[in-house]
Amino acid sequence: MLDTSGHPMHLPTAPGVGYKSQHFQAIMDDPAPVAWLEIHAENYMGDGGRPLAQLRHLAERFPISVHGVGLSIGGEGRLDPEHLARLKALCGWLQPASFSEHLAWSTHDSHFMNDLLPLPYTATTLARVTDHIDELQEALGHRMLLENPSSYLAFAESTFSETDFLTEIARRTGCGLLLDVNNVFVSATNLALDPRAYIDAFPLAQVGEIHLGGHDEDEDDHGAPLLIDSHGRDVADPVWALLDHTLQRSGPRPLLIEWDANVPDWPMLAQEARRAARALEKVAV
Amino acid sequence: MTISQTCFRDALFDRAKPVPMGLQDGQGLPAGRRFNVYRNNVAVSLTEALELGFPAVKSLIGKENFRKVSGLFLRQTPPSAPMMMLYGKEFPDFLESFAPLSDIRYLGDVARLEQAQREAYHAADAQALAPGALARLQPDTLAQSRFRLAPAIRLIRSVWPVHDIWRFATMDGAPKPTAQAQDVLVTRPEYDPELLVLPQGGAAFVAAILAGATLTEACEAGEINAEAFDLAAMLGLLLQSGAIIAVEPEV
Repeated sequence: MLDTSGHPMHLPTAPGVGYKSQHFQAIMDDPAPVAWLEIHAENYMGDGGRPLAQLRHLAERFPISVHGVGLSIGGEGRLDPEHLARLKALCGWLQPASFSEHLAWSTHDSHFMNDLLPLPYTATTLARVTDHIDELQEALGHRMLLENPSSYLAFAESTFSETDFLTEIARRTGCGLLLDVNNVFVSATNLALDPRAYIDAFPLAQVGEIHLGGHDEDEDDHGAPLLIDSHGRDVADPVWALLDHTLQRSGPRPLLIEWDANVPDWPMLAQEARRAARALEKVAV
Repeated sequence: MTISQTCFRDALFDRAKPVPMGLQDGQGLPAGRRFNVYRNNVAVSLTEALELGFPAVKSLIGKENFRKVSGLFLRQTPPSAPMMMLYGKEFPDFLESFAPLSDIRYLGDVARLEQAQREAYHAADAQALAPGALARLQPDTLAQSRFRLAPAIRLIRSVWPVHDIWRFATMDGAPKPTAQAQDVLVTRPEYDPELLVLPQGGAAFVAAILAGATLTEACEAGEINAEAFDLAAMLGLLLQSGAIIAVEPEV
């Protein structure tokens, strides 16, 4: 386990948004109420140009959270050493306030599938994910946050609940957790679970960040609701209610609005961030 | 029973394969079309990455055809790394060898021009040589110098009017291309790639510079390819576009 006592990294307990380059000027002009920004690590792994120039400007003014979407921590194979080196280089020069990745896999046989794919929760996968997180934290030299996935199906072979699995990973590796409340709502709806019971079973003390995003509605072969984690619209009301339930138990946490498809103009995104700010005010200590 | 990631991946990419056994809904029923969410996410997200990178190709063959071709390409050549900004390096060659599109013989070169612009956009930053720097060198010294070009520089040589086709496909009101060969230099003066159609002999000159030739050698390469190769005009183009980042006199 990594010794992370006294590490300086932390995000403000305030609203942040997933950064989109079309919002650069609006953010530089008037970011309120947004206090921090999250970037997808893989979009900033070019050698230079405008993306990195913008990021350098933003990093002078805002705490930055680096959110990886391509490390494949849940993969059967070993972590890609080249990708690990790219992450290390990015975090090295940027010195982000946080680094997070997903409980998922996306690469197999050096094929990257550009999606967060699910894994069963077993003793075998627990050992594998734990090893990968140990390796990543060792390479980065600090603690990471691991995010709970959106699930559309379950594995018959699983022997752990997702909350038990995440609890055990955090205990073994010392990593923190990124709680995506929309993912909880999506997974609970899709797998006929109680989202509040999921939150109540979640190790909230380890949560360093909370995600909120929009989902789409579909249905499965039997007409049961099938929610899709699209990040293409505003956050649904029941997800805001689930956030309130969470914050009452966890206390204030850094809150992030993710809006990656059909990206709105800045005022609309800022409006979502204001709603997040109000949710935090309700539990202000 | 354990579902291997090989089995999961193969079923993701091949819709004819059955959904792996042991995937289920909340009641323990077979996952069925729930698995298609992952199939769709993979196919749609990779297709979108290609659409973003190759808008002229998309415009030339139409959205539906582009989607079909992308679907074949992404199964044959999935990304080898998680950076989507450059996914599709092999797409130009794929298009060129794809029989149903063989009538559109310039498609591969248009795709190469688009990939070159993506690469230029993400290339390392470099300080361009000051415009007066060449004038300070003795003519003999200059003649034996080698030039270092910016990391963003890309050279696309084509027997097709590749620049005009690209412009016609991506810009409203651009004139219809007429038959001619075009060599295009991709430069990046600041952050946005710019395209320069090179005069005759220009591509041979730039190719020689990129290969490490001296100015004299590069000039000879240009002259072989064009009787009226204009070195001063060519150097002017390179300097104005910030393409030259260093002059290294021969020691």
